[in-house]
Amino acid sequence: MILDLPRFVTAERVYWNELQAVLDRMRLEPGRRMSIPEIERLHYLYERCSADLVRLDTFATEPQLRVYVESLVSRAYAEIHETRARAGRIRWGALIAAFPRAFRRHLAAFWLAVGLTLAGCAFGWFAIRADPDAKAVLMPFEGLMGSPAKRVAEEEGAKTDRLYGHKASFSAQLMTHNIQVTVMTLAAGVTWGVGTIILLFYNGVILGAVAADYVGAGYGQFLAGWLLPHGAIEIPAILLGGQAGLVLASALIGWGERATRAERLRAVAHDLLAIALGTAVLLVWAGIVEAFVSQYHQPVLPYSLKIAFGILELAALSIFLARVGRE
Amino acid sequence: MTAARASALRIETPEGVVFSLRLASPVLRALAWAVDGLVIAAAGTVIGKTVRVFAMLGTDWASALQVFLYFAASIAYAMIFEWYWRGQTLGKRLFALRVVDAQGLRLRPAQVVLRNLLRAIDFLPAAYLVGVTACLISRKGQRLGDLAANTVVLREAALLEPDVERIAPVKYNSLAAFPHLAARLRSRVDPEAVRIAVTALAMRDGYEAPARVELFGELAGYFRALVVFPEAAVEGLTDEQYVRSSVRAIYGR
Repeated sequence: MILDLPRFVTAERVYWNELQAVLDRMRLEPGRRMSIPEIERLHYLYERCSADLVRLDTFATEPQLRVYVESLVSRAYAEIHETRARAGRIRWGALIAAFPRAFRRHLAAFWLAVGLTLAGCAFGWFAIRADPDAKAVLMPFEGLMGSPAKRVAEEEGAKTDRLYGHKASFSAQLMTHNIQVTVMTLAAGVTWGVGTIILLFYNGVILGAVAADYVGAGYGQFLAGWLLPHGAIEIPAILLGGQAGLVLASALIGWGERATRAERLRAVAHDLLAIALGTAVLLVWAGIVEAFVSQYHQPVLPYSLKIAFGILELAALSIFLARVGRE
Repeated sequence: MTAARASALRIETPEGVVFSLRLASPVLRALAWAVDGLVIAAAGTVIGKTVRVFAMLGTDWASALQVFLYFAASIAYAMIFEWYWRGQTLGKRLFALRVVDAQGLRLRPAQVVLRNLLRAIDFLPAAYLVGVTACLISRKGQRLGDLAANTVVLREAALLEPDVERIAPVKYNSLAAFPHLAARLRSRVDPEAVRIAVTALAMRDGYEAPARVELFGELAGYFRALVVFPEAAVEGLTDEQYVRSSVRAIYGR
């Protein structure tokens, strides 16, 4: 049996046009709430066009007509079968609580990130203690290449503020750089976790190597005073990025899970988003502290004050992650 | 072994209706990305000029604002547009591309953010080499960001209203003068054969002359074998005209 195409098009065109108008309006006004009669009408039009598509599939027809009706059905399908809640008004309380909740849901991944970083720290520490010349390879950054004694003498004896006139831009550069590093640590989870593991371990190696260099030279207090004010936030933020990367990797691999990869990824997507946004906020704070506090040493800022400030920040972050949003 | 790359994403609805969505090619996606890159660069220039206003507060603060705003714009550009325009950036809109959920559903904010954050990996080592390689390997043409966010990029079909006159123009049809034979033809014909004939008629100008003659010869032979029309109806008709008249008769014209 063959469809009487002209009669079919003439009869159905009015419904196709109506559905197209409804879908165009939904696209142009995404925040608009439809009334019940409008939703019922949309559902009717979707079902009618779906039936038309089946008729076009069953009977011979022109390809362009099929593409047209198919396009309408696919657009209406996306609207009607979307059962996930629409984003409504932003509730700041829920938004803030989402970050620590997501952190707590994936604690194992966080501890794994901590373990990998500590393993890197141990490697960096022992490598520098065993061979101080390895500095050039392990931490090839200009600021870290010199002798700790010389740097401490220069910074403690400084008569002028070397960051005067570009503290704010230095702070912005630190923020953007640290956010990029953290995003990369998260995103590297898509390499089935290999990239995240390498980045976490390498960050640990640098940290361990710097610690070995300064502590070995007897400047442990300077190191703590320099790193803790911003590091108390920045280092956990990178660990959180690593946690998110490992969660992503776990969802991709899906050991022992019966859900499909798409279902596993969908299940963790909101947690990844919450951790990424929360971490970005932490790094903005760390960037401000690094430019305005960390770079000033005794006698301008006593080490004890800087260390206490860092410990306070770490305690506040720990309480926030452990307590906020608990049911 | 990877599965062959599909050109369309097939979705089956709970009602049992099957429809397919055309997947975008890596070339079109690269062109859209190039346009987006230009837009971000232009935004950077605008930001640079705008923050000069803040120089009165100090060049340091103006410079900090510029660094931060440019960074935010380059990260947030695609996220904001893809969310607000339902899967399209300016570049994607220009090339009629759209990001959708891999199940054909609407995009969620978490999907938009995730696929754009993972550009950091797809971009490596330069010019989206990882992303393009993943696109070419993936059956659904997904870069790593799409894979993690469970999204695909589609080529939107132009919503052109069907033009019935193009395939069955109202002209004199000698076969229609015999309605009982036309009805018999309509009842015997295979829908798939009509689909091929309609496509052949629509694309006839695209064929080389020998191929066109051969194709319409085979199609006319098929239609002639189904129903024998009187000599008066088919006299002087070429194979192509016979196929065209048969299609018109089938569609009741």
